[in-house]
Amino acid sequence: MSDIRTETMTVNMGPQHPSTHGVLRLVLELDGEIIQSVIPTIGYLHTGIEKTAEQKKWQQVIPLVERMDYLGAQSNSLAYALSVEKLLGLEMPQRVKDIRVLLAELQRIASHLIWIGTHGLEIGAVSMLFYAVRERELLLNINELIAGFRFFPSYIRIGGLREDLPRGFHAQVQEFLDRFPGKIDEFEGLLTKNDVYKRRTQNVGVITREHAYAWGLVGPIARAGGSDYDVRKYFPYSGYETYDFKVPTATEGDVYARYRVRVAEMRESLKIAKQALDRISPTGVFACDDTRVVPPPKDKVYSEMEALIQHFLIYSQGFTVPAGDAYVPVEGPRGEHGCYIVSDGTNRPWRVKMRAPSFMAIQALPTVVQGGLIADVVAVIGSTDVVMGDCDR
Amino acid sequence: MDAQAIIDKLTPLVPGAAFEAASSVDFATLYVPAGQLIAACQALRDSLNFEVLVEVTAADYLPRAPRYEVVYHLLSVSKRLRLRLKVRVMADGTVPTVQSVYPAAGWLEREVWDMFGIVFDGHPDLRRLLMPEDWEGHPQRKDYPVQIQKAAQTYAPLEVSQEQFQANLERDRVKRTH
Repeated sequence: MSDIRTETMTVNMGPQHPSTHGVLRLVLELDGEIIQSVIPTIGYLHTGIEKTAEQKKWQQVIPLVERMDYLGAQSNSLAYALSVEKLLGLEMPQRVKDIRVLLAELQRIASHLIWIGTHGLEIGAVSMLFYAVRERELLLNINELIAGFRFFPSYIRIGGLREDLPRGFHAQVQEFLDRFPGKIDEFEGLLTKNDVYKRRTQNVGVITREHAYAWGLVGPIARAGGSDYDVRKYFPYSGYETYDFKVPTATEGDVYARYRVRVAEMRESLKIAKQALDRISPTGVFACDDTRVVPPPKDKVYSEMEALIQHFLIYSQGFTVPAGDAYVPVEGPRGEHGCYIVSDGTNRPWRVKMRAPSFMAIQALPTVVQGGLIADVVAVIGSTDVVMGDCDR
Repeated sequence: MDAQAIIDKLTPLVPGAAFEAASSVDFATLYVPAGQLIAACQALRDSLNFEVLVEVTAADYLPRAPRYEVVYHLLSVSKRLRLRLKVRVMADGTVPTVQSVYPAAGWLEREVWDMFGIVFDGHPDLRRLLMPEDWEGHPQRKDYPVQIQKAAQTYAPLEVSQEQFQANLERDRVKRTH
């Protein structure tokens, strides 16, 4: 039988394909059902945000970077704001740090909800999407409450936050925090012991820790393969060192392990969010007191000449940032999210570069799926949780 | 560990290298000569436990003499350390690829070439990554205009000459008779 020659078949998957999470194109070379090679093509969603950012003032870049990883918008702006604050040498008040932590964790839950929904949908558990998006709606409502914008709140600013928390914020977040643990149990009831789901995901798309490190994957993917690297623990920012939480890990490194890690992460995020909410007073400081960056309070603007001038300068010229470069990573929903910025000492950035976890995950995809079945490609892409906006920027 | 401490550990491992500490606000930063980059990365990964290449990017400092700086961010999970390597590149200069040490560099370097036009010596696949295949110029360069009018990319119409068409038919016939 071995002398029978078979032809390989080339199959094009994407860019308009429901299970490629946006506009990812894969050219698969198949021998029967076995994958011989995969060539990913990206760039369909490239919008030149990094180039555009160089034309904007420092503060104006915040809404731009939020549009990169559109499911984890606030981890983009947090990374960017922290990097600029590093160059400026700003230290945030405790309340600002706590609000940022709370928002970042809610964002992580929202992103993981979309992930669990779409991943379930692709594997065949269609109803997952409806349950997950229903919960995400509550998180988007919180975004709407604080910023009037559900997807890209641009609430985190350089030097603090845009404004103080609105009335009713605590009650609305508390309602979500009380409701959500039961919902995670519901999700787990649908998938964790589901035999069909387990057969599709166990021992599929294994990424060991060494494999992940070699390909620059740090985040939930590496943690499912035995790594314990989490930026929040290793290089704490915004006061994460004062919170009590665990970093969920697994050792198998397969799709199922990544699922378990992310579900456990949602529970940990909930724990952090609860602690943060308890620390935040309903009203208080929402920005640092550095007058270079933060405009003076409105009553001073109306009564003091210097405050008026400062207010006018910040809104017309913007502020300058000392020359130099900085890279501050945060733990985004997809892994290490960092922003490398270069300043030439003017009021506009010289270079803004986002470190994109999805970019690295798609690069490593061929090494993971080669030799596997074509049906597993969808499971593996889903489990790496790629966002094409993040990848193409 | 500051930049000088890393240089002290690195210099015996990379013979003949001239590292230079750079000032930074966040973590240790070294200037590495392009010629010693691969040896330095090898030593950093194998002897100083920098297992992960987090990021490769570049910046264009246009009027300045070494026009580009290619920036590598390394991470040591086991030692909780970060390190930034910078390589100065002249306008027509090249940088060796570090793919042999860090496979992750493949696409990152490709993106830098795509955006800045910096050539990575020995890179096996230096093609457009984010921009369309037929794009001209390198958008992240400082002398690249911000507002540019360009026709949308279309696929070239299929043009088949009479001879090619005939040859194709013949080939098909030969196949079928076998």
